[in-house]
This record gives sequence, structure tokens and C-alpha cells, in this order.
Amino acid sequence: MPVVLLTDAFFFALIALTAFYAFYVARRPHLQTAWRKLARDRSAMVSLTVIAFYFAVALLDSIHFRPVLETSESGEAVYSNEVVSLFDRLVSPLGERFEKTYSEPLAVHAYVKETVEEGGVRHRVYPRLEHGGAGLGDARRAAADIGWRAAAWGLAGLLSCAGLLLLLCLALAGPGRALRALRAVVCNTTGPPLRAVAITVTLIVVAIFVVAGLSHDYHVFGTDKIGEDVLYQALKSVRTGFLIGTLTTLIMLPFALVLGVCAGYFLGWVDDVIQYLYTTLNSIPGVLLVAAMVLMLQLYMDQHSEQFNDLVTRADMRLLFLCAILGITSWTGLCRLLRAETLKVKEMDYIDAARALGVARPLILLRHVLPNVMHIVIITVALDFSGLVLAEAVLSYIDIGVDPTMHSWGNMINSARLEMAREPVVWWPLLAAMVFLFGLVLCANLLADGVRNAFDPRSEWNPS
Amino acid sequence: MEPLLSVRDLCVETALPGRRETLLRDIAFDIRPGESFALLGESGSGKSLTALSILRLLPDGLRVRRGAVRLHGQDLLRRPEMSMRDVRGGSIGMIFQEPMTSLNPVLTAGRQLTEALGLHRGARGARARDAALQLLDEVGIDDAGRVFASYPHELSGGMKQRVMIAAALAGEPELLIADEPTTALDVTIQAQVLGLLKKLQADRGMAMLFISHDLSVVAGIAERIAVMRAGEILEQAGAGEFFGHAHHEYSRRLCTMLPGLDKRGQSLFDGARLPPPPRGGERLAEVRNLAVHFPVRKGLFKRIVGHVKAVDGVSFTLRRAHTLALVGESGSGKTTIARALLGLVEPTAGEVHLAPPVAGGARGAADAWERLRRSAQIVFQDPFSSLNPKMQVGQLIGEGLRTRHAVRGDALRDRVAELLAQVGLSPDYMHRHPHQFSGGQRQRICIARALAVEPELIIWDEPTSALDVSVQARILDLFQRLQADLGLSYLFITHDISVVAYMAHEVAVLYRGRIVEQGETAPLLSAPDHRYTRELLSAVPALPAFAA
Repeated sequence: MPVVLLTDAFFFALIALTAFYAFYVARRPHLQTAWRKLARDRSAMVSLTVIAFYFAVALLDSIHFRPVLETSESGEAVYSNEVVSLFDRLVSPLGERFEKTYSEPLAVHAYVKETVEEGGVRHRVYPRLEHGGAGLGDARRAAADIGWRAAAWGLAGLLSCAGLLLLLCLALAGPGRALRALRAVVCNTTGPPLRAVAITVTLIVVAIFVVAGLSHDYHVFGTDKIGEDVLYQALKSVRTGFLIGTLTTLIMLPFALVLGVCAGYFLGWVDDVIQYLYTTLNSIPGVLLVAAMVLMLQLYMDQHSEQFNDLVTRADMRLLFLCAILGITSWTGLCRLLRAETLKVKEMDYIDAARALGVARPLILLRHVLPNVMHIVIITVALDFSGLVLAEAVLSYIDIGVDPTMHSWGNMINSARLEMAREPVVWWPLLAAMVFLFGLVLCANLLADGVRNAFDPRSEWNPS
Repeated sequence: MEPLLSVRDLCVETALPGRRETLLRDIAFDIRPGESFALLGESGSGKSLTALSILRLLPDGLRVRRGAVRLHGQDLLRRPEMSMRDVRGGSIGMIFQEPMTSLNPVLTAGRQLTEALGLHRGARGARARDAALQLLDEVGIDDAGRVFASYPHELSGGMKQRVMIAAALAGEPELLIADEPTTALDVTIQAQVLGLLKKLQADRGMAMLFISHDLSVVAGIAERIAVMRAGEILEQAGAGEFFGHAHHEYSRRLCTMLPGLDKRGQSLFDGARLPPPPRGGERLAEVRNLAVHFPVRKGLFKRIVGHVKAVDGVSFTLRRAHTLALVGESGSGKTTIARALLGLVEPTAGEVHLAPPVAGGARGAADAWERLRRSAQIVFQDPFSSLNPKMQVGQLIGEGLRTRHAVRGDALRDRVAELLAQVGLSPDYMHRHPHQFSGGQRQRICIARALAVEPELIIWDEPTSALDVSVQARILDLFQRLQADLGLSYLFITHDISVVAYMAHEVAVLYRGRIVEQGETAPLLSAPDHRYTRELLSAVPALPAFAA
């Protein structure tokens, strides 16, 4: 039975919006020039490829349903209480195999000693893991087994990538020109940097193959305190991070667009009111506001517990609320930029021409002002995304972020605070969170740079 | 005589891989000491690029492929970069077109002058100050002390250009490169600056490379002239010879395409006779005592402390199928009048009387304004900022039709195609965007947009001053053909007297928000009454008589 959580709905809406925008751009050649310029930027395209993989994980993890437990004789299905996502199914049984407690990455033995009784004698030993290296008879062969599997799966990944590339060339260029297309990609003579993209895809696919191959029998990133696979946690956190980055933008955009453009166009008292509003909002510490709001929501949910009866709904509600409050506190920057840009656009003669033609004000704003300030919006959205992903990590670290039961990099880092203090140090959850967080944020930043170069009219070089 | 500067086979190209394009081809000329040499050409012909390559200041992405630039026989292109600093601002001084942006706004004029003096003469402190004051005095600034302590925003355009000239003189150059130094200035100021440049050149025995698109300015200042087009020098000749009988077809065309009183009624572009305008002349609207005052607000509660009287009691009559020209310098209120007529600014006072009168009373007065506004359209000076870059030509032209007449679908497309044909553009352009068009084509699109709502009055706000002479000639042709075909009234706002002489029926001279003189074109221009009109007319650079 499919379940659509609130955040899922917003996420799908966002995808639909992006698709609509792509359709809109495809029909307008002047908008395409900027996107074409972006398509020629190598680091931006590589980043986009990486982000596409993150996006795929987030999307798969946003399709929720209740699995069928059993089918009764009358054909009526009995559904589980637990909500799982398509992603859970795909990586199953990654999220279901628990160890007792901590274990190192790719370990066969537990990380802490246990007292084991063997023939009436008590030993303090590192016990074998329940799932890590379970198929292995002798624990000493673990290293060889891991090496062999990694090599085999890596090779399989490489081959499938090569096959995929060949197939794509065949499908897109036709049988006659497939070889020439392939050579163009390899020799890097294509317009967009396809070779770099192909290399990135290959690297990621090989990594996925190796990790997937190993994770069947090992915990690639180890396990945490309650014995849950850290790789699974880090992957589940992708959706949280992605949602915070995108939903916040979705919530913030209407405020920034409407208020910024109106302030810049109408000036006078409208401008005064809007300026006072964002100056006031800007002078309240954002963290304080977020903390207050999240605590209020917590209280509300406790008092109306009948509406929020299961954990997933509660966690989801809290995530949505966090996005909303981050959105409400972060529109001021974009609003300010849009106001300034509107002031500039307003002075252009084409606005006067439209007024002389008798075009109504809302139409002037929509047709003449808005399209000419859109580049600011795109640049800001790209730049803000990475900041928001990081903000989630920081807020969760001080316990006002997403629900503690929800997987997020912030929560992982938060719990690592204690793990880093214990002896011997448990370092892998923090490392895993860092690697995934860093990957997404770095790529988002590189992409944002590319977007700014492509869309900022000042960065264009015009030979006169 | 040994030339001071000798340019040989200069070729400049773009340095981008895969997109090599030659921008200057085999440029060669000599400038003798003390001579004034002019590069004449339309925009994009490579005049400024030539000047920049002499100083080795080419923008990124461009490079000199071959050629030599010899100053006193020494090749500048082969000098080390460090020693070029002695040349720039030293042996060769340069002044630019835009006095507004050539001075640093956060430093006083004096500071920028003493900096140049320190660099090139090693002058410091009081000595530098004295030298700077002397330079300011030399460029004809009366109260040098005040200008010395002023910031650029406190100076007028002409003053700024004088300060720029003073800074260029700081290194006591043997050659002064002046890149369109008067294009951004008013006619009277232009005459002063040109006179100043001539005087300085004579006093100092300095050579000058004068770059301009304006034939009449060049005629007044140059001893020798080189005509450039598309990166090449077409012809070089002494001024007398050039204006006597130019050899190259293009040079002659440049001269014949200039508007003037003697060319009324004939096409500037091909010399053909234009269709005579319909008789017309009956009153379309009479504007009385139009005033636009902008309040000056100060303090916490934005109290009104005074008014800027941009337009102060102006009256004129617009006649059917006639052109009324509003002539004035910048700041005289020309554009404000246009905006007030269109309702883009609210007039402080004034009334309008339409030819078929509307009902009287306060209600009637408002109605009259409303009707005037609905029957008027405007075409702006800058063809680049007057078209929304994100809309297609068809949408741009169709916007008025959709708004005013609710035309949709096929009818809209047919009407837009018709309008495009009317202004001499192909209907296929409907789906293109403004950035795909040249300045002249854009101006035609603007005209089509204005025509779309079938106006009776079109206000032209300096419609040709951003265009080249050849483009201007065609656009002026179009204006007159449209007037003849459609019987439109024109309110033509300009500072260019020659265009007024060429096509206006009546002229109103505007000075500081008031009309100082108005009347029929020919008598007014030949025998002006008012002191200001005489001053304005005498400042217009005159072209020597032409043998076409």
C-alpha cells in the first residue's frame, strides 16, 4: 500500500516544477544559451553527475509504502504497520541486519570484548559477528576474501559501464556512427565534456558495485552502538539532506520573489514595510528562532498525539517544519538581491514602453520584471543549497534539527560526539557522515560556481 | 619630416582557440609631430581597437598578430611591459569618451591629477599641487582651486572631461589620443572642448590622434583623415582633399548621408525624393502650461523642502502629419515632457486641448489627458534597453495589440507580420529574440511596437543618437515614409540640430525647462531671436561645402 508522506509530496512537486521549467526552457532559445554554457563547464557537469546519484538515492528513498505481510483467503491484503521505502527494499537486507554493538568497517569480529562461556570456562574474547563475514569459515581468510570480492565486483562494474557506454552510443548515434561517437567521447572532442562525465559515472558505478558486493557479507562502514549498519544510515541520510536543501528553497522562493520584486518596483510605503520586515527578521538570531519553533512543534505534537500516532509521521512533520522555518528565516538575503535588481530593471526603457502601451501592473511584473531577475534566483538557489545541507548538520548537532529517530548526517555527527570521546575511539560513523556530506556539499558548491558563471551577465566576455 | 608615430601592417585577432577572427587588418598610418590626425568610422570599425593596440591595452582575448607601432622609430610592440608605463600617460596621453567613468569617484580630481604628475614628473607635495593647479588653469578651468578639491560627482560632464585632459597632459605627451572625447557632451560644451583641444595642440606642439564617428567634428579639428570600415583603413587624405573630393565610394556616402536643411524632402540613403507628407497641419492637440516639478525631500519625515522644476510652464501645439522638434541640451526637460505626455510621470500642472474638444470641467480635463495618452506612443533612444531581452519579437510587438485591442491567435500573428513588413523587417523575425538584432533593426522593432496600437502621435526620444550615420539615414527615411503613409504627428526630441533641420516642420527650443523660442524650422534656424538659440546654433560644428 503506497504511503505519501508530506515531505514526499513536496519533493514530487519540486520535481514536477523542475520538469516544467525544463520544458519551458526548451521552448525558449535565449534561456538555453546560459544552460548550454553550463553544459560546457567541466567541473559543473562532473558535479551534476555526482549530484544525480545523490538525487537518485533521495528519490528512491521518497517512494514509501507499507509492505504486504500476508494475503488472507478472501484476497484482502494485510499490511505491515511499518513504512518502508523503495530504497530500503533495494538495499535489503542492509537495514535489517543488526549486530550487538560497534564493529569496525569490514570487520569479522566485534569491536568490544565479551565474556563467552565455553565448556564451563569463561573467556574475554572479541566474538565473531553475526552477519559480518558470516559465510566465512576461517576468520583469518577475511582479508583475502574481501580483496577477491572487491576485485571481482569492481571488474564487473567496469565492464557494465563499458557496455553501457557502447549501448548508449549505438542507441543515440545509430549503428553506423556509433564508433565515431565513441571516439569523440574518448578523445574529448564532444561539445559538453562527455569524457569527464563518463569517467565520473564509471568511478561511481565501480564504487557502487564494490560496496554493494561487499555489503552483502560485510559491514563496509562498520556498525554503530546499537549494531546498525553505518553505510545504511549514511545512505538514508541522503534524503534528509537533499530535502532540507531543496524544500527550504521551495518554501523561501515565494516570499523572496513576491516581496523582493514588489519592494523594488513599487517603492514608497510597500518598500518601507518590506524592508522593515526583513531587517527585523535578519536581526533575530536564526538559531534562536529555529529552536523556539521546533520546541513549539514538539509541544503541539505531544498534546495532539492522536494526529501523530506513528514515529515516521512525527519525524516527517518535524523535518517539514524545520524546512519551513529555515525557509522563513532565509528569504531575506534573496529578497534584498531581488529588490536591488528590480530597481535596476525598472529603469529600463522597455518597462516605460509597456506602461505607455497600457499593460497592467501585475502583467508588467510578471512579463517584464520577473524574467529579467530570474538569473539571480537560479544563482542564489544553487549557492544556498550546500549551506542548507550544512545547516541541518549543525542544527541536529545542537538537538534542534530533525527528529532523533530520523537518519541524518547531523544526527550521526551528534552521536559521534560521545563515540569520539570513548577509548578505543569509534571513528567510522563520523567518517561515513563526513564523506557523504562532503561529497554532496562540494559538488553543490562547484555546480553553484558553474551556474553563477553561466548566468551572471557580468561574467560574460564580449569582444567589442 | 620624420613621423612621430608610425603604424605598419597592424593586424589584431581574437585569441580564442577555434574562433579566430581578424578584427584589424593591415592598419598603416603615420602621424607627424604636431599634426592632428583623425580616424573616422562607424561603430565596430576598429577605431578604438587601433588606439588600444598602440598603447598595448588590448582587452583579454585579443592579440596583435603582426605589425609594428613605432614611436620615434622604436617599436612599442617589442618593448618590455615595464617600460610601457613610461609611454602610457608619458609620451602618449589618452582621453576617453565617457568622462563619468574615467575618473575614480572616491578620489578628488586634484588627487588624481597629482598622482599622474607624481608618476610622470616625479612631483610631490606642494610642487605637485602647483603643477596640477597650473594644468587645470591651462585646460580653461576658472576656479582651479575649487575643482582641485572636488570629487567627480560634484563636477559637470564638461568639467570632468577637462580634468581628464589635464591628467592626460600631466606627462607632457608628444601625442594625445582622444577617443570620441566629445560624444557624451552637449553641443555647446563639445564646441568648448574641441576649441580647447585645438588650442592646447597649437600651444604645446603636440600631435593628436582623434577618434570619432562624427564627420562634422572631424572636419573642424583634423588635418589628415583616415576612414575606417570593418577593421580596415579605406582611405587616407588631407582634410582639404577629403572634403573636396573623397576617392572612396564609402567616404562620399558618409558625407551625403548626413542630414541637413538642404536635403529636406529627399532620402538621405539613396537621394530619391520622398513622398510629400499629406497636407495636414490641422490641430491634433494643444498642450498649455505643462509643468513637472519634482519635490526635494529632506529629513526624518521626508518633509518637502523645495522643488526641482524639470518642466516649467511649457506650451506647444501638435499638428496632424507634422513634426514638432523639441531641441535642447541634457537637463533641459525634453525627456520629462515626453514622459509627462505619456503619463509616465504625473504633470504638476498643465492642460491639454484636443482637436475635437471633449467636455469641459475638471472631468473633461482628465479625459483629455487620458485620450492623448491613449493616442500617443514613444520610441526611445537606446535600442538595447527598450526591448525586453526575454521576449520574442512577435510577443514584443503583439503586446500592445493584446492589451488594447484583445487581438489573439492568427489575427495577432498576421497583424504583427504586417507591422514588421511596414518597418522593413522580414516577418520571419517574429520568433527571434532582441539580442539577435543590430541597433538599427532593434529600433525598427521599437517602431513596429509603437505602431501596433495605431497611435496618432509618436514621440521620438532621440531615436537616432545611438545609431551610426548610415543606419540613421535609413531610419530617418522610414520616419518620413511612415508619416506620409499614416498621417502621424511626431514630437521629435533631439539635441541634433542637423536632424531637426532635415525633417522638422516646427522647432521649439527648450532651455532649463522653458521654451525660449518656437517657430517654423527654416526661419528659426536661419534667424534665431533668442540669445541661447544663437549660442546653440553657433556651437554646431559645420561641415565644409561638399562636392559630391
